[in-house]
Amino acid sequence: MTILNAFVLPVAMAAAAGLVGCFAVMRRLSLASDALSHVALPGIAIALALGFNPVLGGLAALLMGTVLIWGLEYRTRLPTDAVIGVIFSAALAIGSMLTSGEELIDALFGGPSRVGVVESVLGIAAALLVIVFIWRARSRLVIALIARDLARTAGVDVARLDLLFLLAFAVTVALGLRYLGVLLMGSLVIIPGVTARHVASSLTTMLAIAVALAVSATLIGESVSPLLHVAAGPLTIVTAAAFFLVSLIVAPKLHGKLSVS
Amino acid sequence: MADVAPVPVLEVDRLTVRFGRTVVLRDLSFGVAAGDALAIIGPNGSGKTVLFKALIGAVPYEGTIRWAPGTSIGYVPQKLDIERDLPVTGLDFLQAKAAVTGAPREDARRVLELVSLPGALARQRIGALSGGQFQRLLLAFALLGSPSVLLFDEPTAGVDEPGEETLYAMIRRVQEAAGLTLLLISHELNLVYRYATAVLCLGRQGGSCYGPPVDVLTPERLQEMYGTPLRFHNHQ
Repeated sequence: MTILNAFVLPVAMAAAAGLVGCFAVMRRLSLASDALSHVALPGIAIALALGFNPVLGGLAALLMGTVLIWGLEYRTRLPTDAVIGVIFSAALAIGSMLTSGEELIDALFGGPSRVGVVESVLGIAAALLVIVFIWRARSRLVIALIARDLARTAGVDVARLDLLFLLAFAVTVALGLRYLGVLLMGSLVIIPGVTARHVASSLTTMLAIAVALAVSATLIGESVSPLLHVAAGPLTIVTAAAFFLVSLIVAPKLHGKLSVS
Repeated sequence: MADVAPVPVLEVDRLTVRFGRTVVLRDLSFGVAAGDALAIIGPNGSGKTVLFKALIGAVPYEGTIRWAPGTSIGYVPQKLDIERDLPVTGLDFLQAKAAVTGAPREDARRVLELVSLPGALARQRIGALSGGQFQRLLLAFALLGSPSVLLFDEPTAGVDEPGEETLYAMIRRVQEAAGLTLLLISHELNLVYRYATAVLCLGRQGGSCYGPPVDVLTPERLQEMYGTPLRFHNHQ
């Protein structure tokens, strides 16, 4: 049981975050997807007020927000990041009206909490679902990323792919709500992706590096936090950011070498 | 005509495309038979690229566009603004299409040879390729999976590498070898005259004409379409 909570769930969550992050970063959604994670807040607040599982509340809000963002994007033809910008600010405002004090801090930054067996198992299943989706959809995602018209002629349903990707993102953020909170989970998705993009020279390498960095940061955050008496969430993100700084130094030396294709 | 009726690959009937209040294409009708090479000509802003986008279903339109059942399309866009530092290699890009369309993985090598792009270049990030090399990669991408129709939006002059086979010559070679149907947007009227089996001309005000090169490429028609007298030498 402990191994599920302390190891399998965080590793699965981090791997999903690393994979989703690669495509979020390549689609220039770095800041936007960070913002998208804030959409969870009103859901968490309502769940806390009504006394049910806040992660479920957050997930529900994320899924609704995602479908809303996708629908608005297709109806108005505004860019995804612009639509996310509007929805996320509204969600943050509503969420902070509904929560207060310590609850709000925990929701934003994550906090110590007991995760039940059912929640662990569901979390692991959801993370695996995201991992399998991104891995299977990676070819479609790459073509759509380079040119949506080319994806169309290759038989890809681009609108559907967009929606599925945003949903995978929403599920990934929900997975991290317990550990990292609304503010920090977006960072675990983005920072490893940004780092991998900077260092890698082929797609497979980028995905592998992002997963490795996200998982390492999470495990380091978890295991070192009791020693330093700091919360695991912020430490995880600081670790991920430190990896990024290191990549800035080593990347120029690595360019063209890190390729497995 | 006593000839056997050619098999239509594409039939377009009263196609109209508008963006807001601007009508880009108005009541356009034409057909393309298997193995044909249809050249689409017209000044900038006459809707040539928009026509291609309508044909692949990327923009909303009125009227009908009918592709023969089983038609598969390869599309070479005029230019793509890609981010220079994406960690995606040419081979990643081609293999992604092979994975999506179910084409064998070796097909990537075959199309690279067809467009004379060396494997070493294909293993670089796509952002590292020159304009001409990237166009070749896009052509290879379009040819992967052996499409029956190729839509080629000719890039403006200057992307071909000096001393190498031009993209147009390459297309001709591939078209003949594979029996492709070709829809080509071109500014090279001499090449159009020589190789196209039919010409569709688009004017800025939504007007159009359609017919064999010898009928369409007359000085009067060209002046009407481009608005200025155009020097066009028929090297025959």
